[in-house]
Amino acid sequence: MPLPDTLAGGERVMTICNACRYCEAYCPVFQAMENRTSFAKGDLLYLANLCHNCGECLYACQYAPPHEFGINVPRVMAEIRVGSYEEFCWPGFMSSAFKRNGVVASMVLSVISILVLWPFVQSTAITGDFYAVIPHDAMVGIFGLVAIFVVAALTVGVRRAWQSYLVSGFSRTGPPEGGHYVRAIRDVLTLRHLHGSGADCTNNVEQRSPWRRWFHHCTYYGFLLCFASTSVAAVYHAVFGWRAPYAYSSAPVVLGTLGGAALVVGPLGLLALRRRRDPAMGDPSQRGLDESFIVMLFMTSATGLLLLALRQQAVMSMLLVVHLGFVLGLFLTLPYGKFVHGLYRMAALLRFATEAHQ
Amino acid sequence: MTKGAHASAPPKGAVDVAVLGGGNAGLCAALAARQSGASVIVLEGAPKDFRGGNSRHTRNLRSMHQHPTDLLVDAYDEDEFLTDLMRVTGGRTNEALARRVVRDSADCPAWIRSFGGRLQPPLKGTLHLDRTNVFFLGGGKALMNSYYAAAERLGVCVSYDAHVMGIDVEDGRCTSVSVTRNGRVESIAARAVVLAAGGFESNLQWLREIWGPAADNFIVRGTPYNTGKVLKLMLDRGVQPVGDPTQFHCVAIDARAPKFDGGIVTRLDCVSLGIVVNREADRFYDEGEDFWPKRYAIWGRLVAQQPGQIAYSIIDAKSRGLFMPSVFPPIEAPSIRELASQLSLSPDALERTVTAFNRAVRPAGFDHAVLDGCRTQGLSPEKTHWARALDTPPFWAYPLRPGVTFTYLGLKVDERARVLMSNGAPAENIVAAGEIMAGNILGQGYVAGVGMTIGTVFGRIAGAEAGRHALA
Repeated sequence: MPLPDTLAGGERVMTICNACRYCEAYCPVFQAMENRTSFAKGDLLYLANLCHNCGECLYACQYAPPHEFGINVPRVMAEIRVGSYEEFCWPGFMSSAFKRNGVVASMVLSVISILVLWPFVQSTAITGDFYAVIPHDAMVGIFGLVAIFVVAALTVGVRRAWQSYLVSGFSRTGPPEGGHYVRAIRDVLTLRHLHGSGADCTNNVEQRSPWRRWFHHCTYYGFLLCFASTSVAAVYHAVFGWRAPYAYSSAPVVLGTLGGAALVVGPLGLLALRRRRDPAMGDPSQRGLDESFIVMLFMTSATGLLLLALRQQAVMSMLLVVHLGFVLGLFLTLPYGKFVHGLYRMAALLRFATEAHQ
Repeated sequence: MTKGAHASAPPKGAVDVAVLGGGNAGLCAALAARQSGASVIVLEGAPKDFRGGNSRHTRNLRSMHQHPTDLLVDAYDEDEFLTDLMRVTGGRTNEALARRVVRDSADCPAWIRSFGGRLQPPLKGTLHLDRTNVFFLGGGKALMNSYYAAAERLGVCVSYDAHVMGIDVEDGRCTSVSVTRNGRVESIAARAVVLAAGGFESNLQWLREIWGPAADNFIVRGTPYNTGKVLKLMLDRGVQPVGDPTQFHCVAIDARAPKFDGGIVTRLDCVSLGIVVNREADRFYDEGEDFWPKRYAIWGRLVAQQPGQIAYSIIDAKSRGLFMPSVFPPIEAPSIRELASQLSLSPDALERTVTAFNRAVRPAGFDHAVLDGCRTQGLSPEKTHWARALDTPPFWAYPLRPGVTFTYLGLKVDERARVLMSNGAPAENIVAAGEIMAGNILGQGYVAGVGMTIGTVFGRIAGAEAGRHALA
């Protein structure tokens, strides 16, 4: 559905919700809603990214379908959210990627990356030393360029998100201060609003479980650990001149192993849970977008762990190319996939902390 | 036992307790009866999506307490609660039953929580209830979801779309209940029966019999399934009535609300800020008599008495943002005459009314948060607070109609919730709970959250009594 249509739907839903307010204590979406009397584009893009899709308000709603008002807040927020990803996307022409993004598309991109790197596969067995397969400078060159592009695209996206949140019917707030950042970061790190109402996130009527939060934590912290592992290795190499491969007990390998394991468990769990959740709580057309990011994270960590396990074997060079192909595929799709939800939600939580505590 | 098996499969043969009605009172009765060890079937007239009667539109319950709790501030003791009940009912209450409701209300929050129901302190904007009422997290439908889930866990059988067709009563004893389920008429022989099927406010024919054609202009705020069928059947079987058969609780709501089930969002909170005129563009009551939460219930009756059962609340730009946002947009015009045309009122008449009103306003310091000194002088009727001239365009209008909440007619019960037969003796195995017997306690008027208190307290009493009888 085009964004103007979903925004019109969101305005209708929020107008009804704002006259009811029974869901006020569930989450910040309703508290932010109550600060407003009208729901323009900026308000709705903000509220949509504030919504964690926990699902509670759908089952509590006296106006949920088949009531003639047909109120389904989680779904309308999901629809607006994907519209906001397209809206904030840089460069703009890439916004259609959100519609085409899917497991197949990201797999194709990864395979292409693997094929590009394939010439590095060695016919003779080289074990242990990754830089003997792909020289250090080549690796830094390829991933450095991709990283610069990804960071630039994401930065523009977050700036656009923040600017749009400020175009709002609620203008009594100044810029965020220190305490607001602390609150927002705490909310991000704890996923407080997946269990903010005192119970956990909903799978179906009166069926709540903590698993979605825990699998998300695995995924999130797994991702951070893997990132930490790479950063530590870069410092080892650049500052201390310590060359890979590092021992199994070294910081990069320990961090990477823990992160990789969490990044296998988390995505698998999230995928499994998706199948058990009531589809009414989401937007079915976003399945590909959601699942491709989860699958890419899984493929990256799974191939990484495999590479670590078999780094002394003859297949190492091939596994390295496959792993780096998936890493490249993951990075290239970061600004055009579900990854952005974290950044736009973080911005929304910062906005909420600023609104609520000034 | 597998989960869900009980919820779907009707029990074969006899059941200990049949509960007619699946709202708050019915579910509390079913849970209490099940806890006493009885097998229980709940016959809910609504389909699953609309289960829970009017309880799905509620949001709080009045509860006495001696000391501050995790949800309620200060204290709200037995005498104060009882005094509030006496005041709103004008003494039309059975004091023994009322006292029972008040006393047992103390334990209601714990009871709710024991079945997974979640509570919260008052919503913003309802802080005047922070001493008296506990709120259901997410509202009454969320509470009903918790109760239904608990019922399923405990092995209560629930049958949706189950319509009671007949109830056989012999010498104060119910012998069977006939029910239409899935297109088939069945007879259910239960050892005890709980009547918890609500009032008759959604029975338009019945309302018409009392109120004549005016009833066609009433809107029903809650469930369309409170047809009064069970109430009527039992009155015909010789159960003593209680409460005024012609009266109902009625508030002024937005005329554009759906005929049924519009719930809370159809309310309108701007009446005290402006003036209200009828179809003739005449004012008919003091809009500023008292704070709106204390007055909205009388405005239902006031609008019902106007020609065509319609009225219009009119405010100007000064009042924007001073009241809770409304679900329907205001009808807007740059002048009073144009507003009148949009409302199909006589522009001359409305202009006359507004001019007279504006002239009569005595300037003072307007403050909507207190009973301020802004009033009119020399009008009939006067507006005694918050009177400000309607002089700043754009002008806004909201149409009003009577919105029926519940009816007062019910079945007379004793302290064990047993219905009283015409000979004065309690029925042997028939108990009642909720709106169908609330008239014993609430002969007239209303105080926020007391309907849910009556339903919870008497639901528990009725369920326990039915279970005890069935297992004796």
